[in-house]
Amino acid sequence: MLSALLVMAALAIVLGAVLGFAAIKFRAEGNPLVDKIDAILPQTQCGQCGYPGCKPYAAAIAAGEADINRCPPGGEEGIRKLADLLGVEFKPFGGDTVLKPKSVAFIDENLCIGCTLCIQACPVDAIAGAAKQMHTIIAAECTGCELCVAPCPVNCISMVPIEEKITAWKWKYPMYALTQAR
Amino acid sequence: MRTLYQFHGGIHPPTNKTQSTQRGIAHAPLPAKLIVPFRQHAGEAAKPIVQAGDHVLKGQLIGMPDGFVSSAVHAPTSGTITAIDMQPIAHPSELPDLCATLIPDGKEEWVPRVAIDYRNSTSAELRQLLRMSGVVGLGGAVFPSDLKLRFLRLHPAHKINTLILDGAECEPYITCDDMLMRERAAEIVQGAEMLRFILEAEEVLIGIEDNKPQAIAAMQQAVADSGLPFEVVAMPTIYPGGSAKQLIRVLTGLEVPSCGLPTDIGVQCFNVATSYSVYRAFAHGEPLLSRIVTVTGNVRQPRNFEALIGTPVQDLVALSEALPDTDRYIMGGPMMGAPLPSVPVPVVKASNCIIAASDRLFPPPPPALPCIRCTRCAQVCPADLQPMDLFWFAQSREFGKAQEFSLFDCIECGACSYVCPSHIPLVQYYRFAKSEIRMREQDKQAADHARERHEYREYRIEREKQERAEKLAAKEKAVQAANIQPATQAQPTTVPANSNIAPESATQQKIQAAIDHAREQAAAHKPKNTENLTPQQQAEIAEIEARRAHIRKLAQSEVEHPKE
Repeated sequence: MLSALLVMAALAIVLGAVLGFAAIKFRAEGNPLVDKIDAILPQTQCGQCGYPGCKPYAAAIAAGEADINRCPPGGEEGIRKLADLLGVEFKPFGGDTVLKPKSVAFIDENLCIGCTLCIQACPVDAIAGAAKQMHTIIAAECTGCELCVAPCPVNCISMVPIEEKITAWKWKYPMYALTQAR
Repeated sequence: MRTLYQFHGGIHPPTNKTQSTQRGIAHAPLPAKLIVPFRQHAGEAAKPIVQAGDHVLKGQLIGMPDGFVSSAVHAPTSGTITAIDMQPIAHPSELPDLCATLIPDGKEEWVPRVAIDYRNSTSAELRQLLRMSGVVGLGGAVFPSDLKLRFLRLHPAHKINTLILDGAECEPYITCDDMLMRERAAEIVQGAEMLRFILEAEEVLIGIEDNKPQAIAAMQQAVADSGLPFEVVAMPTIYPGGSAKQLIRVLTGLEVPSCGLPTDIGVQCFNVATSYSVYRAFAHGEPLLSRIVTVTGNVRQPRNFEALIGTPVQDLVALSEALPDTDRYIMGGPMMGAPLPSVPVPVVKASNCIIAASDRLFPPPPPALPCIRCTRCAQVCPADLQPMDLFWFAQSREFGKAQEFSLFDCIECGACSYVCPSHIPLVQYYRFAKSEIRMREQDKQAADHARERHEYREYRIEREKQERAEKLAAKEKAVQAANIQPATQAQPTTVPANSNIAPESATQQKIQAAIDHAREQAAAHKPKNTENLTPQQQAEIAEIEARRAHIRKLAQSEVEHPKE
């Protein structure tokens, strides 16, 4: 009787120690679900979802505070992926969501006064320039978030839709009639 | 007799090759205008190094290779460059691309041509020469040939044992390789020896389908004459036996691994026309300026032309006299080729065949019906795939599943669509899925890049905030230290009028320091608009200054002798 109790107690202590060690050693940094959601989001950091960036929106989705249909740059495809990941129903965009073509910002360099306000607004440091010097967009880094457009005091920033080029062209979904038209 | 192997599937469409092999290769006359695209090869477009108005010689470099996967572009004849701009080209997107327009002067003046003794050159030199000669795979993929010779350097463990020359030409209608082998076999064999020399391959096999007996005979004769230990192999005619992976399978019995390259199993493949261009580049110093193009289909005189790169397609078609009911043109063969846009486009390095098409020759496909899962496509698939499943996944945009089913091993040969009893355009679905997957991977990379930049920016802002706080703290400390010193030693030198305030009051001290600092700055700063003034303005300013001084004096006296 006593030996059985001792064995059980010893087991409990050993396993408890192992579990405690594992909890410290293999602790997951951050919330893995947030990272998974963040990986699906398009990283434009545009704030159209109402959160200050993709990561905060991901955190809000993970916490169940935000809907999955708040990210216009991600498109319906993004919603579908989020729905898949979270095991919820697909939800179309709300009526007031405006889906825009992929664009990059463009600074009219003749109008730019070098105020640096757009540089401070850019979430991905895609604007080169300094105070009282002309600014310009590094087009390859621009995510098209439009955050630089509003702060510009002289309205010299416009969004230019990305043109279809041979290098960035893709085959279209095949469209054909299933049966002969009568 | 060599043991030949079989690959899975394959089809036997009517070959329709005899029409265009009745006459020899003709030299297409010099056209009135040449349009030379800068992107004629897989990879990055060449960078233009000439300007509109420049006079160029035949073979002069006009496009410099730009990037790792790239190749050179040359002026196909002597003349004047009249424009470098966006022009329609043969591409399924029908989007324009950067081209040089060349008006020939008719003199065909060459740049100096230097033959090279390839046996006394290093492989790096030879590869560079091929790159600068614009030699690319002429079988259709237009991959820069110098890179295919380089792969074994990147994988030193993989030695190339076998060099295969692809003369199979399995696609119906196309006969440009057939005619080239018949007429220029010796040059092809010399080119093969050059390729073998660079690759250090042990054996060379020349695979030709047995529906080209004249080409086989010509090549055998050329090999015998050259005394080289090459083997010309007649292989059974089956589509797509000329595709690299299937050709390797037939000739060697080896299978290229999924998503792998022939070099992984010690084999490298070159098209016979590429071999011919390599010979021209080394033995004559001639860059790739022309190619053999089959013009066939709905024309009165189907035949092969040696056409300069940049020759307008309609010029070639006019030479063969297209029949009046021709309503469209196909570049490439009927299985894998693409319809040409209705606007005039030039012949490029990839243009092996131009088929004039009409509804009589190629009746429009009957309307597509739903897939009945008969698996006929799987029976003919030369890549051993399950086309009906791939179709299903592509149709429902389940790209992950499609990739699991080895979508990227599909060679887009069209055998599945050919046999499909429901006439489903299967290859279109695979192309759609492939380009969609590629695009998504690009988007994903861009998103990861943006995330990295965003996170770095946040980190930087945080770091700057911290640095500022530290700086402030250090300053405060210094000020405190300065306060203790004057208290113990002498009185501060610039004690203002209200010096009777106790120095212990740190805030007061700080405010005073700030006021002093501002005063100093104001003194140091000169107004900028006080130069070139009229005497009248100067008088006005002097008057104002005097008034200010007076007020200041009054205020001072008020402070020193406050009214009772």
